[in-house]
Amino acid sequence: MVERTPILNFFTHVILFAGFVFCVAPFVIVAIAASHNLKDVNDVPMSLLPGSDFWVNIKTAWTTADLGPKLFNSFVMAAGVAAGKVIISALTAFSIVYFRYPGRMLIFWLIFVTLMLPLEVRIVPTYAVVANVLSPYQAIMDVTGISWLIEKISGVQVSLSLGLLNSYTGLIMPLIATATGTFLYRQFFLTVPDELTEAARMDGAGALRFFVDILLPLSRNNMAALGTIMFLWAWNQYVWPLLITTDQSHATAVTELKQLIPNVGGAPEWHIAMAGTLIVMLPPLIVVVLMQRWFVRGLIATEK
Amino acid sequence: MEKRVTFGKWTIGILFAVPQLILIFTFFYWPAGQAVYWSLTLQQPWGGGNIWVGLDNFRSILANADYWNSITASLTFAAISTGLAMVIALVLATLTDRQLAGSRLYRVVLIWPYGIAAPALALAFRFILAPEAGFMAAVNKFWPGFWDPGLNGADAMASVIVAFSWKYVGYNFIFFLAALQAIPRSLIEAAAMDGSGVIRRFWDIQFPLITPTIFFLLVINITESFQDSFGIVDIMTAGGPANATNLMVYKIYSDGFRGLDYSGAAAQSIILMLLIILLTIVQFRFIERRVHYR
Repeated sequence: MVERTPILNFFTHVILFAGFVFCVAPFVIVAIAASHNLKDVNDVPMSLLPGSDFWVNIKTAWTTADLGPKLFNSFVMAAGVAAGKVIISALTAFSIVYFRYPGRMLIFWLIFVTLMLPLEVRIVPTYAVVANVLSPYQAIMDVTGISWLIEKISGVQVSLSLGLLNSYTGLIMPLIATATGTFLYRQFFLTVPDELTEAARMDGAGALRFFVDILLPLSRNNMAALGTIMFLWAWNQYVWPLLITTDQSHATAVTELKQLIPNVGGAPEWHIAMAGTLIVMLPPLIVVVLMQRWFVRGLIATEK
Repeated sequence: MEKRVTFGKWTIGILFAVPQLILIFTFFYWPAGQAVYWSLTLQQPWGGGNIWVGLDNFRSILANADYWNSITASLTFAAISTGLAMVIALVLATLTDRQLAGSRLYRVVLIWPYGIAAPALALAFRFILAPEAGFMAAVNKFWPGFWDPGLNGADAMASVIVAFSWKYVGYNFIFFLAALQAIPRSLIEAAAMDGSGVIRRFWDIQFPLITPTIFFLLVINITESFQDSFGIVDIMTAGGPANATNLMVYKIYSDGFRGLDYSGAAAQSIILMLLIILLTIVQFRFIERRVHYR
């Protein structure tokens, strides 16, 4: 603080506290609503004193939306995307930064462009690809005449088909296919001193050795930050899981929220809906609270 | 920036990039190309033939009043929610940066909303803003018929905006605070010595120095308002009432997967893609001129 400004300080506290309430109130209201029974939750105005049915509602929401397996699916998807991103982006960034080969800048730009077009705007054709993930290759072989050639020679008609709908692979793969992590690693690799590379090479380390034994251990902070961000991002995905999990067994917790919206006709079971919301909100909230440092760092670093 | 020391065998180098390249080819470039192709043909929803129709899909979309309505709704949503989320976040970040007692607490808590999934917070706000239970019900009791997002399009739009802004205030806050804290303390102290007050210092020193962040957040917020709004709209209003909140991404989804109009949905995707690219270029060209870069 530079000078004494008692009046301004007072307003600073008032406004910040208002902001605090604005951020926390929805969480508190959800938690309180989740503890009421059907009558109390629909009272106008709803009582802000917690009711006594919290665990009953949590249990009902858990069984209604079948949240156990759904949370497991969410977890597999989020962990898969986070791990995939952390590994694949590191490999690509290593290739772009530490090698000189023809077409390197082309690869750089091919990856950079993926930042421009989020999955949401190309959901329809991506869905078609995931329904048969080998269809691009089939089409290429048909056009180039390779499949015709194979059919002539071996008499086998080429028809590649591998459906990924309702599978973890189908959930995870398209979410990894963006550039976010690659640039985080690239920025970091560029700051690693050249002397380190020289020393490693002088000691006879090859590219792979240098990557695994020196570069990856140095990138631990970046991995934590990227992993946290990607875990949350994947956990919170909605459109994609909604589309490709036509079968309930692979639905995620976030898509299951739709089952909990009170229907118009019957008694509005807001207490159950809020209990379900609370369960779905909790895992990402815990990650944010525990991993705050990495979360903030990752957010600021990945977007630059 | 380039590395001076590199590894010789570039064949190995390319191998490192192969997994990523296969992924983005299969799940990015192929579908994006497919979208362009579909937008120029008439696709059969169940596979089979397709007919080349040139720009007919675009013509029929652009002649459709529903589509223009969707564009207007998306732009309204983008403008208001971006404005709200950024102004609130900037005020909170500037005040937190004054580092009075308790500022550590705000730094921790204000980013919580950003961790929450859009559909989850949408369901929470659907309850909080429900006209018959929750908090707006109390207002309705006092003033009957004041609030009904189920029937009134403006109310529905307001609910969606509130839910989205709530999430993005936290996001913007992190970036603003980081930018403010990067300003050297000595600058502020020197200005204070010269007798300028807190508000004067904000407009003359802090605000000009964080313009790159403001500019960056503007782009991100607008693009996110096109994408991240899907879950909120789907849970809170399902595009209703009377298409008042039928934002562009939601319309692509409902036309493509409910209406099974793949060609129409693909053409809409292309227009949305162009719109996002155009917005980015406009912002770079016109806003960047007034931005101070260090």
